[in-house]
Amino acid sequence: MASASEPAARSAERATPPRLPALVLPTVDGDAIALDGSPPGGAPGTASDLPARLIVVYKHDCATCDLVLPALERLTRPLHARRLLTLGVSQSPSEATLDFVARHGLCFPQALDEQLELSFAMQIAVVPTLLLVASDGAVVERSEALDRAELTHLLHAAAGLSGVDAREIDRVLDTLRLPESRPGCASRTLDSEVERERFVRLGRARLGARRWEIGDDQDVHDVLFERGLTDGLPVVPPTEERVLRMLEGTSRDPGEVVAIVPPNLTPATVEKVAINAVMAGCKPEYLPVVLAAVEAACSDEFNMHGVLATTYFAAPLVIVNGPIRGRLGLNSGINVFGQGFRANATIGRALNLVVRNVGGGRPGEVDRATLGQPGKLTYCIAENQEASPWPPLHVERGFAPDDSTVTLFAGEAPRGIVDQTSRSARGVVKSLALAMQSVGHVRFHGMGELVLVLSPEHVDTIARDGWSKDDVRRAICEMSSRPLSELLPDADCREGMPARLAGSADPATVRLPKFRSPEMIHIVVAGGPAGKFSAVVGGWVAGPMGSVMVTRKVGG
Amino acid sequence: MPIVLLDPTDESAPLGRPGAPRLARLEGTIALLDIVKPRGDVFLDRLEARLRERAPHLSVKRFHKPTFTKPAPADLRAEIADQSTAVIEALAD
Repeated sequence: MASASEPAARSAERATPPRLPALVLPTVDGDAIALDGSPPGGAPGTASDLPARLIVVYKHDCATCDLVLPALERLTRPLHARRLLTLGVSQSPSEATLDFVARHGLCFPQALDEQLELSFAMQIAVVPTLLLVASDGAVVERSEALDRAELTHLLHAAAGLSGVDAREIDRVLDTLRLPESRPGCASRTLDSEVERERFVRLGRARLGARRWEIGDDQDVHDVLFERGLTDGLPVVPPTEERVLRMLEGTSRDPGEVVAIVPPNLTPATVEKVAINAVMAGCKPEYLPVVLAAVEAACSDEFNMHGVLATTYFAAPLVIVNGPIRGRLGLNSGINVFGQGFRANATIGRALNLVVRNVGGGRPGEVDRATLGQPGKLTYCIAENQEASPWPPLHVERGFAPDDSTVTLFAGEAPRGIVDQTSRSARGVVKSLALAMQSVGHVRFHGMGELVLVLSPEHVDTIARDGWSKDDVRRAICEMSSRPLSELLPDADCREGMPARLAGSADPATVRLPKFRSPEMIHIVVAGGPAGKFSAVVGGWVAGPMGSVMVTRKVGG
Repeated sequence: MPIVLLDPTDESAPLGRPGAPRLARLEGTIALLDIVKPRGDVFLDRLEARLRERAPHLSVKRFHKPTFTKPAPADLRAEIADQSTAVIEALAD
């Protein structure tokens, strides 16, 4: 064996699988050849019977291959008598290979690797690549492109395996006058079309969903609209390749059931969620967030069926916390409830497409919303944790600061609250409390969960006076309570609280809180750095009878 | 070349369940189901009064869902089916 030299060390360092795969490849003359060198049609030989092999992988249109293959024809002749088989393996089509072989007058066997089975197995990145394979199938030397020193080293090793004097090789090399080095060409395995086709071919077995073929005479977007699979906006057509790439965003099995989705109460697998995530325009790295959102939305406590079916405005609001916000580019700042950010727009949309397409929830069918709201298309924000001096939502709800979570809330559209003048915490909070009395109806008191979204400017004013989130909640409850006498129905407006709540007392002396308890007020900091506006997202039917806010950790 | 897409739906064909046969006349026990929306009870009180007045041969039984926000639980549906010949539901707002 040759001593370790620079070229050998370089060769050994490259990532090379140690053994040749037991493949049978077609030859240019219509036959077949076993890569292990066993005779055609015979039983597989034992290691001691099989020849050593020098395999050269090439393409017909590679200039360096034009130099190396004819050189090998001459260099390896002395080795053939001593049981070394030289084998050309072409990545090119049969006709082009035949032409190459004829042009160079090659006599040693030529196999075809058009499907690139050997090339992928041996991680061929450059052509020509030479592989010296011992009789037991171990790849003992490897050389890429043309480097005279490396080639010499490899041929000396081949001579060693064949019991031939290396000086015979050197004599032939001297006559060839090969250049010191030449770069090779990119292997076909690196061709993007080839990579894509192989990616789909190998991954197809993982997909269980029914396939639809859309013919050339049809517009794929029109077909998706006509089949009722969109939310009114165009969707990204869910091809096998896109869905397989989306599935790379999770380590979960495509067949794993994520949730039972209302109203059809059918199982949504990871694959079905991935298909809808593709349609929504998600990137693969968003998929774990979408999966967590689907799980949370379909939980008993969140009650997605009710949220979908109601005549009220409720839509599933997704609030994201934790490090994943930055990794995915989720927006928590300027225009947080608006357009322009792919992660926000597509994660919220994917959840709603799952409910529509897997769950069967569609407006006019089970969805009976009187007015609905724009959030039913997509409603996803990240909390602006960096602009807040307080514990973020997920920490308040029992998660670690470094956990990434999604919190689902059945909410109305955000309604604006203005206070551009108050300079104290008490002042800003009073404005919030006054505005929040209009949730539902100014006369409704004892209400359930809602989300108060505080902008950074309002947070600055409140925090400057040393107030905590709990201080804000308690003050809102105190400031928004009203005497029952102000909340009673009258001859004109029949809405209001029932007088019987006063019992035997004077209704003017009975104060009712707007919210059942301070804990009903969930505070989230979000929005851009300028603007003294906050927002309240009113809730729906609260508690176990309706929908409860649900938080889930984002997995992998 | 045709484009192959994956089906994003649950791939279920809708169940074609035939409705129960129409009753030729009201007899036996009539269930009145309140989904617990405001004043559904008032509506059903009036209906019950009319039924007792106009069809005294009928029995009337009142039922209610635990919440209007979720489908009726299976055991409630079974109870109604078991104990009555027809059901009238006070639905929605």
